[in-house]
Amino acid sequence: MRRAKLLAFSLVLVFLAGVVFGCGGQQAGTQKEQTIKIGLMAPLQGNVKTFGESVQKGFELALEEAGYKVGNFKIEKVIADDRNNSTEAANAATKLIDSDKVVAIVGAVTSKCTVPASEIAQARGVVMISPTSTAANVTVDKGKRKDFIFRACFIDPFQGTVAARFAVNELKAKTAAILYDQGNDYTVGLAKAFKDEFEKLGGKVLVEETYAEGDKDFSAVLTTVAQKNPDILYLPDYYNKVSLIGQQARDKGIKAKFLGGDGWDSAELNFKVMAGGYFTAHYSKDEPREAVRNWVKKFEAKYGSAPDSFATLGYDATKMLLKAIETAGSADPAKIRDALAALKDFPAVSGDMRFDANGNPIKQAVVLQVQEDGTYKYISTIQP
Amino acid sequence: MRGFDRPTLALCACAAAVYILVLLATVTGLLNPYWQRVLDQALIMGIGALGLNLIYGFAGQFSIGHAAFYGIGAYTAGLTSKLLPVAGIPTFLLALVAGTAAAALVAFLIGLPVLRLKSDYLGIATLGFGIMVKVALDNSNRLIPEMGGATGMTGVPQTANFGWIFLFAFLAILVCRNFVFSGVGRACMAIREDEIAADTMGINTTRYKLIAFTLGCALAGLAGGLYAHRYPFLHPSIFDFLASFDFLIIVVLGGLGSLTGTIVTALGWAFILEGLRVVLGSSFVDWRGVIYAVILILVILLRRQGLFGNREAGLLVPAFYKGGKHAAAGG
Amino acid sequence: MDWNYFAGQVINGLQLGLVYALIALGYTMVYGIVKLINFAHGDVFMVGAFIGYFGFVHWGLPWPLAVLVSMAVCALLGVTIERVAYRPLRYAPRIVALISAIGVSFFLEYFCSLSFVFGADYRIVPRPMEDVVWRLGSVSVTNVQVLIMVVVMAMLVLLQWLVYRTRIGAAMRTVSYDHDTARLMGVDVDRTISITFAIGSALAAVGGILYSIAYPQIDTFMGVIPGLKAFTAAVLGGIGLIPGAVLGALIMGQVEVMTAAYISSQMRDAVAFAILILVLLVRPSGILGRTEPEKV
Repeated sequence: MRRAKLLAFSLVLVFLAGVVFGCGGQQAGTQKEQTIKIGLMAPLQGNVKTFGESVQKGFELALEEAGYKVGNFKIEKVIADDRNNSTEAANAATKLIDSDKVVAIVGAVTSKCTVPASEIAQARGVVMISPTSTAANVTVDKGKRKDFIFRACFIDPFQGTVAARFAVNELKAKTAAILYDQGNDYTVGLAKAFKDEFEKLGGKVLVEETYAEGDKDFSAVLTTVAQKNPDILYLPDYYNKVSLIGQQARDKGIKAKFLGGDGWDSAELNFKVMAGGYFTAHYSKDEPREAVRNWVKKFEAKYGSAPDSFATLGYDATKMLLKAIETAGSADPAKIRDALAALKDFPAVSGDMRFDANGNPIKQAVVLQVQEDGTYKYISTIQP
Repeated sequence: MRGFDRPTLALCACAAAVYILVLLATVTGLLNPYWQRVLDQALIMGIGALGLNLIYGFAGQFSIGHAAFYGIGAYTAGLTSKLLPVAGIPTFLLALVAGTAAAALVAFLIGLPVLRLKSDYLGIATLGFGIMVKVALDNSNRLIPEMGGATGMTGVPQTANFGWIFLFAFLAILVCRNFVFSGVGRACMAIREDEIAADTMGINTTRYKLIAFTLGCALAGLAGGLYAHRYPFLHPSIFDFLASFDFLIIVVLGGLGSLTGTIVTALGWAFILEGLRVVLGSSFVDWRGVIYAVILILVILLRRQGLFGNREAGLLVPAFYKGGKHAAAGG
Repeated sequence: MDWNYFAGQVINGLQLGLVYALIALGYTMVYGIVKLINFAHGDVFMVGAFIGYFGFVHWGLPWPLAVLVSMAVCALLGVTIERVAYRPLRYAPRIVALISAIGVSFFLEYFCSLSFVFGADYRIVPRPMEDVVWRLGSVSVTNVQVLIMVVVMAMLVLLQWLVYRTRIGAAMRTVSYDHDTARLMGVDVDRTISITFAIGSALAAVGGILYSIAYPQIDTFMGVIPGLKAFTAAVLGGIGLIPGAVLGALIMGQVEVMTAAYISSQMRDAVAFAILILVLLVRPSGILGRTEPEKV
């Protein structure tokens, strides 16, 4: 089998050489004048591929609308997949910045990928705007603002607080149970904010339990919840988990009202099971605002299905970036950063917004109710 | 300790040459920061894989919880660097020592009861231990808030660069080479071949299994410490059971019982995984995992003893061995 | 001590344990005959769930037919995997086949998530029957739980009958002792192994469909964690032994649920595996396993 070994060995060497030298050579000359590159980092493989695909759809639609041009520049997109893996995210960020020479990155989707990528982007002075990462340490680390990094989504405290206020004031709830994924900073943040506000307003949190990402069986914790019989069951996770938990909760005879966050927003939510539940969101598909109706129409025309919150945020993040590049009139990341930070009343689909000092958006939230027929009923809007 | 005989000097010279080559490539821009990072990742994985090869390839102990020790080393080293008030090289080195020592200590404590188990059951026990470590890391912020728990740990100074990583990789190769060609190494190989026969020959199997296991896991800890200082974010999911499979794949594909194989395969693995990114382009982005799996299956089907079988490159064989083969049977 | 709460949790543990048992049976059957840890088993389980889903939702088949189609497809898949990825390595060191199994597992997960295969979306599986809940005191039992129990028990009885009372079962047992001697006795080893894989995979398909009824959501990575836990359960009970697989699975299910209920939901996996390790230290071949005396 010596030949096979030789073959394998030389294959590896050739591959190595080809890839390294091929890409070493690529550096020069792709930065033609007037063309800039914008990178997208998202999980395009693995168990959250569906979220990554949604963000990609929003990203590409935004670029398409702009005709792949902004100001005097032509845009070239570079897609990088992080496979929802922190090491690959760091590798991909380095590739986008050093091999592909992007001026800005839209991404990543999950915080465990955004945080390492943001450290690298900040160190190299490249603008990064995450559509969906909610962890605090994406834009601020140990009290220091990472000024090249922004995000398009709420950070959790606002949503959780809104949900708690809604529960106490509108739903007249006195007791609640919270069930969240201990490994996901999105749910952890929302759960904490909800609990703090709920208790501040005089409510009692009877049960606070967690589960792990891969869990499908929630019977143990739900039996505990059923026993305590709270008014509200707060489920701040994404639509897929929530559908599963909701089904099992009803199986256990839990009568509590379901309450959640913007992760519920998807056509794949189990509307039958979650009907009657409320959630806080960025916007409602049925909002009369022009921006929303146009967005939904455009998305359905191109992709044949309704946009979910991931696609919407991907779209908004990209459009804000394009606006900033246009305002800055240059491909210099520092200028783009300044333009982005100075954005005022940007008409994003998810609500007119601007950034606070920490690169986090200040925008409205709405409360929606899930209807059995697959639509949402708009309940109210809450301004920050 | 082996003296500075000719093969050792040749090895050092070769290492120096490789180092200079890479440095040249970096300076001239042929090797850009992205590929530098991939090279560093390959070397770090290589150190960890060498450890697993000692445990499984040479001593025959089926351990599939290797990433747990990688994680223990990473978090210990990272925490040390983060918490010590003075940054810089001494802190870095101290952190690495702490990480390696922590991994070795835990390996020793776990190995004592667990190495009694045979083959598949040992595998399950180590797998279970790996999961326990991951759960512990997920909940670590309840004990030490800086560890970040399931939201991850940032703030470790990124002091490891190619120079340091290459140095430690070289040292790891030296240590493994010396271990393997020593009496201890031979005892381990005897245990791998036939534990009862080895026992009959008077080899204290418990002692040698424990030595191999502790040393192997210490190397994993070192690799973890280096990872923490090269990648800006630590998260428990980096050290889950799938990461253990990565080490196992590298070791088996390289050839159980071949140090050369491990190093070459570690390089190949990292470069192929990242290289596929470039090769596949944006329309086939989601095929990377599929192609990786196919390559894995094909390589193991076509070359079941691994790329290098149980042979070593001549450079790695000390003076008193003729030829490049280990004690022939098995592997 | 709240007995109602306890009883409710026992039932939860039973359901979880039975679900693990569905998958563990397949692992143990294959291990018994070829001494291979078939990591791809959890992914065949996933394929079974998807085919059942497509059958019922997209192709308009009635549930029983969808189940049969799924079983057939998975049996074929299992036999193909064995033929392509395991048979060439059958007499190589076991770790080699294990690596191949890992490769097949990754392949199934990633390939099926491509958009022209199953796609990456989480799909909601509609329940084929209306939910019925029976209340005994304050403990509730659903018809889904009863269905799972009935099916697992039936599968267990069927398997025992198959292995101990049929010729093919005798062939399977013979092959599990020694391949060469079996050949000398006139047993077609290749065919027997293929049939074992087919049966194991068909069981996985049933498991996948039942799982998707109990936890009505499927995606291409759904088999990873259940596969791992089921495999652990099979080893816990004594790998290669059919009753062992069920026993180990039931124990794992209870331990997980009781830990979540009484200790902490965060620690459930850690405690479950800690108990596993402790059991292995006391019974190194699994609970029902017999330590084979090793002849020198």
